[in-house]
Amino acid sequence: MAEEARREFWRWTESNWSNPDIDWKGAKIVTLGIDVGSVSSQAVVMTDGEIYAYSNMRTGSDSPESARNALNYALEGTDLPESRIDYCIGTGYGRVNVPMADRTVTEIACHARGANFIYGPEVRTVLDVGGQDCKAIQCDERGKVTNFLMNDKCAAGTGRGMEVFADLLSVPIDEVGERSFQVKEEPAPVSSTCVVYAKSEATGLLRKGWSVEEVLAAYCAAMAERIYSLVERVGVIPEFAITGGMAKNRGVTERLMKKVGLQAMKTRWDTQIAGAVGAALFGYALVQKGKGRK
Amino acid sequence: MLANYGYKDGSGEYFISIDTDRCDGCGDCVRACPYGVLEIMEDPNDPFREEPVAVVTEAERKKIKYTCGPCKPVTNRPVLPCVAACKPGAISHSW
Amino acid sequence: MLTAGIDCGAKNTKTVILKDGKIVGKGQNLTGFDQAEAIKASLEAALKAAGLKEEDLDHIGGTGSGAAEIKQADIKVNDIKAMAKAANYFFPGSRTVTDVGAEEGRAVKIDEQGKVVDFAINEKCAAGAGAFIEAMARALELPLEQMGPLALTSDKTIPMNAQCAIFAESEVVGLIHAKTEKQDISRAIHDAMASRIVSMIRRIGVNPDIAMIGGVGRNPGFVESLKRELEVERIYVPEDPEFGAAVGAAIVAAEEGR
Repeated sequence: MAEEARREFWRWTESNWSNPDIDWKGAKIVTLGIDVGSVSSQAVVMTDGEIYAYSNMRTGSDSPESARNALNYALEGTDLPESRIDYCIGTGYGRVNVPMADRTVTEIACHARGANFIYGPEVRTVLDVGGQDCKAIQCDERGKVTNFLMNDKCAAGTGRGMEVFADLLSVPIDEVGERSFQVKEEPAPVSSTCVVYAKSEATGLLRKGWSVEEVLAAYCAAMAERIYSLVERVGVIPEFAITGGMAKNRGVTERLMKKVGLQAMKTRWDTQIAGAVGAALFGYALVQKGKGRK
Repeated sequence: MLANYGYKDGSGEYFISIDTDRCDGCGDCVRACPYGVLEIMEDPNDPFREEPVAVVTEAERKKIKYTCGPCKPVTNRPVLPCVAACKPGAISHSW
Repeated sequence: MLTAGIDCGAKNTKTVILKDGKIVGKGQNLTGFDQAEAIKASLEAALKAAGLKEEDLDHIGGTGSGAAEIKQADIKVNDIKAMAKAANYFFPGSRTVTDVGAEEGRAVKIDEQGKVVDFAINEKCAAGAGAFIEAMARALELPLEQMGPLALTSDKTIPMNAQCAIFAESEVVGLIHAKTEKQDISRAIHDAMASRIVSMIRRIGVNPDIAMIGGVGRNPGFVESLKRELEVERIYVPEDPEFGAAVGAAIVAAEEGR
């Protein structure tokens, strides 16, 4: 029982990937983007502006170490030596603590640039729901930001808010989406925005006899409403894309798309790497402009 | 670019918006703000922009509802000092 | 005139019996998930303490976030009005009143009759309410009642960056790991909460005679932080501050039921 209580229901799987079709030896410019988020960290290695390798890991308690681990994990299974990297840009919440970074760029700029790459130049609205923030960004066809907001003050509508619920209901985070649809009828969303108050509201619902699935559905719906109210402030212009960890939770994304009235764009890439891709692309552009490392 | 700094929580929406296309980086708003909410720096959200721009400081972004409170009395609210000081009209508050 | 004031709050439901302007009975019950039950229990407890029956009451005033559930009340009392009346009852000289409860914080400016001039509210966000300190007590693994007294033993000021209670929990855990003394963390928590209440008070104007009601008034650490942040010598807190709004409701019931 004690073992069960200590299980962390918010963990998700870490991953890495490298492109077997690219030979880095022929590349002119190799850049690295590292996105150290509050919950997850990604490293993306690009050769001449194409994704060569990436990793997606949980952020540890130490930002420099998380950046280092993400890079090692991305390069695992490849023979690209770290010394071959021409330029590195750090982004994300822990960006000032990326030891190998030549400079930093905010996650707002990187997410827009990265989404432009992984979804294509048609993307105009990027919604990034991370572990401790929610960003709504509008960008032009070059991936340049035209309007944005970032909410990192309040846990409502962030991955952390969902983790609190997963923990409260003892549901593994990657099962939240599926199980939130295992209800006969879609319940009304949890009414409290504040996660602390939503938690007591949920406890009350469980006591009233609601099933775990019904409470999950009510919270996913509340999350979708909350995220929608943020993205509404900058305005949704098609095409629209969802990045960040929450993009993997269909309990939220499907309910959100219904509210927006648009289908989110699809990509073959891991949605969590958008920020790191943008960082690597900025590095590529800076080196091309002759502003890179000597 | 319309840069919206601030947040929305259960109690309401609190954003200071800076239109970076209008902002000329003069710094009048920084001098006008009694609580150090604004600063002039290289645009953190546009690595290719050369001219400096006004931003809401990192430390204040999560508490502008509280920090800006004294400039927003419940009744007889005057024009906010930052908004009044900005000649190009680049600053607006959402609440 | 015999009236009762019932304040159905987010955490506790409180009842006060008022006889010709004097408090003759008090009752309190956890609100829980059955508000009607809590209302009944607190009213019964107050009546018992006063040695009275419900039929003896001329009027009942109801207030608080669960006011709609107070079926016994014949007079609905606005929360702001209740706190203004209560402040005027306990401290007739006070012109600024703050009410900090489990889930809400308010500040009201009143005139010499206890009439509301201006008010500001913080609701629906735990950062500016008692729930913030409660959540932090859980993170510190301390009983809530120990938080305030512990904060008083600290003379260190450490800043807290997180505003949201959920994020602040992680920050507190980080401070514990960094071997920060618990009393210093506790003080930081109270200072952070107090600064939010103070900014609300500043919006209606600060004067030297500030009264405080609401359950958080019981927390000496919070009152100390509030004084420090407001730069005032003292804050007037009645004996049982959590009954403040109920007293106000009973007064309004007596005034309006005449």
